Amino acid sequence: MYDPNIIPKKQLLSLQLDVSKFYAASDEEKEQHVQIRESTTFFKDGITRLSKNPLAVISIVVLLLLVVVIIFAPMIVPYGYEEIIKVNGKRDRTMSNLRPLEYSELEQEAMAAGEEVFPHLFGTDNLGRDYFVRVIYGTRVSLVVGLFASLIVLIIGLLYGSIAGYVGGTVDLIMMRFVDIIYSLPDTLMVILLSVVLGEVLTPLIEGTALAKIGTNMISLFIVFGLLYWVGMARLVRGQILTIKNNDYVLAAKALGAKSGRIIRKHILPNCMSVIFISTALQVPSAIFTESFLSFIGLGVQAPMPSLGSLASSARGGLENYPYKLLFPAIAICLIVLSFNLLGDGLRDAFDPKLRR
Amino acid sequence: MWRYVAKRVLLAIFTVFIIITITFFVMNAVPGGPFASEKAPSAEVKAVLEARFNLDKPLGQQYLLYMKNLLKGDFGVSMKSGRDIGQTLASRFKVSAALGGMAAVVAIVFGLIFGSIAALTRNRWPDRVIIFITTLFVSVPSFVLATILMLIFCLRLKWFPVWTSGNPSYFLPVIALAMYPMSYITRLTKSSMLDALGQDYIRTARSKGVRESKIVFKHALRNALIPVVTYVGPMVAYILTGSLVVETVFTIGGLGREFVASIQERDYSLIMGTTIFLAVLMVIAMLISDLIYKVIDPRIDFK
Repeated sequence: MYDPNIIPKKQLLSLQLDVSKFYAASDEEKEQHVQIRESTTFFKDGITRLSKNPLAVISIVVLLLLVVVIIFAPMIVPYGYEEIIKVNGKRDRTMSNLRPLEYSELEQEAMAAGEEVFPHLFGTDNLGRDYFVRVIYGTRVSLVVGLFASLIVLIIGLLYGSIAGYVGGTVDLIMMRFVDIIYSLPDTLMVILLSVVLGEVLTPLIEGTALAKIGTNMISLFIVFGLLYWVGMARLVRGQILTIKNNDYVLAAKALGAKSGRIIRKHILPNCMSVIFISTALQVPSAIFTESFLSFIGLGVQAPMPSLGSLASSARGGLENYPYKLLFPAIAICLIVLSFNLLGDGLRDAFDPKLRR
Repeated sequence: MWRYVAKRVLLAIFTVFIIITITFFVMNAVPGGPFASEKAPSAEVKAVLEARFNLDKPLGQQYLLYMKNLLKGDFGVSMKSGRDIGQTLASRFKVSAALGGMAAVVAIVFGLIFGSIAALTRNRWPDRVIIFITTLFVSVPSFVLATILMLIFCLRLKWFPVWTSGNPSYFLPVIALAMYPMSYITRLTKSSMLDALGQDYIRTARSKGVRESKIVFKHALRNALIPVVTYVGPMVAYILTGSLVVETVFTIGGLGREFVASIQERDYSLIMGTTIFLAVLMVIAMLISDLIYKVIDPRIDFK
């Protein structure tokens, strides 16, 4: 009969197993296997690191605050960005170039009569439009341009780079030669050139459509980004994919019969996501810079629509008398760009595996 | 090595060719032609004008003619003012070159100094101050910086005179132009210097008893310079495009301001000429910085 307490004597050359190794683990033994630290994913770990970086946290807070302000401020302030302010239907000559928190003569009369007039937080511009609302809308435009342009760059670069990297061979060679050529073009000059021409070409094309409201210059800005700036992203994605492609788990997936699409989606993209994400975050300030630069030389968003660049640029006119008109949009640009730069740096420190210590 | 140089030069020439081609055809895609926006000239005048600018020929032939003239250094004439573009570029570029050259020197010299200081005083106050300031200045668009500098130092404090062609005051424009590349070089130098200081050969030098100054200048800085050299090409491109803004703000009669004016006036032939001229300069700068990079670092092999 079998008795578990008696271990049969093991023969020297026998393959007989040590039965005691197959007993169920006692509670004490089980306890040793309990993880004290909760298991963490790559993403969670990165977030934890990010939240320990004060600069990154501050920039996230600043950006969120800015988003809240640009969404809700136009609902509270009763003026439109292209509205020349009138008091009770009458135009007021003293309305233009008011200093911050000043009221025009008619407004003062209206206030004396007991009406409520919303203060001009940043004063008014030379046409008598509320400057605060214009700065808010300018921030909106600049942020939208930055985010959209980065998104366009991300999508095109991701598609192009992953195809070139994954397919490889001659296709890769030809695709990357094309990228090299675009990469070697001086981008700012080409942006200027294309903006000049696209502005002229697009105007008759989109007249009357919904796109006309966005303005040709902004559309041409997006087209330019879609044409030129994706090459950096494409190179990055391709490089990442080339390294990941040769890993054994990809080979294993292939051996199990996974299709290319699945391998790209499930195995390759998640592994290069962090690098792509960081580079997209750093693309935003560069897009905002480009937009403000183009606005400055007169190729930015269309006239009544303000952008931070065009506001700062038109503020140069009365610089000696109204320096604050430059300061408000300038501070807004710097704040946005600085926040995105710091956030990008923080993301890189938190998520880039190569920088891990 | 010479094979590499030849290959790189050929690539640069090809890039220039592509740039000229793109510029030519993009500019010709503008609907209505260059005389459409003006008061409609009579058919005869228009015919004369078109013959004058070769616009009556087919586009392909125009392109070949333009290429041929460019090879001879002839950029054609401005369609608005009728002046020779080549001469305009040459005379305007003198001012821009002086300004840009000074800005480049300032950016490199101070960038290297501040970067080295930051690396050597890592995590102490000089490092923190330098990194704080450079992070700040990387986030300021050049036209904002230029306008604010002008407002404070030219108009309010009157420390520097406003620029006139007879009495050029380079200080503020150079600062405005150099600040961004300087900040960039500072950060670049800091990280590559830290990298170099952590290498084994530094430890070896220290254990041999080499003086600290010699370690810094001969062993660390020399190796830290290599990544900085690669930034010289992009820096020239940045300074050239930055000069558009800075010259416009300070009303300096250089190439940048001419370019901005030509864009605002839609002077297509001048835009074309200036774009090609600036682009060629940038491609040359990239080429030189690439070649120097390969030459000064013996660890790089030529494949």
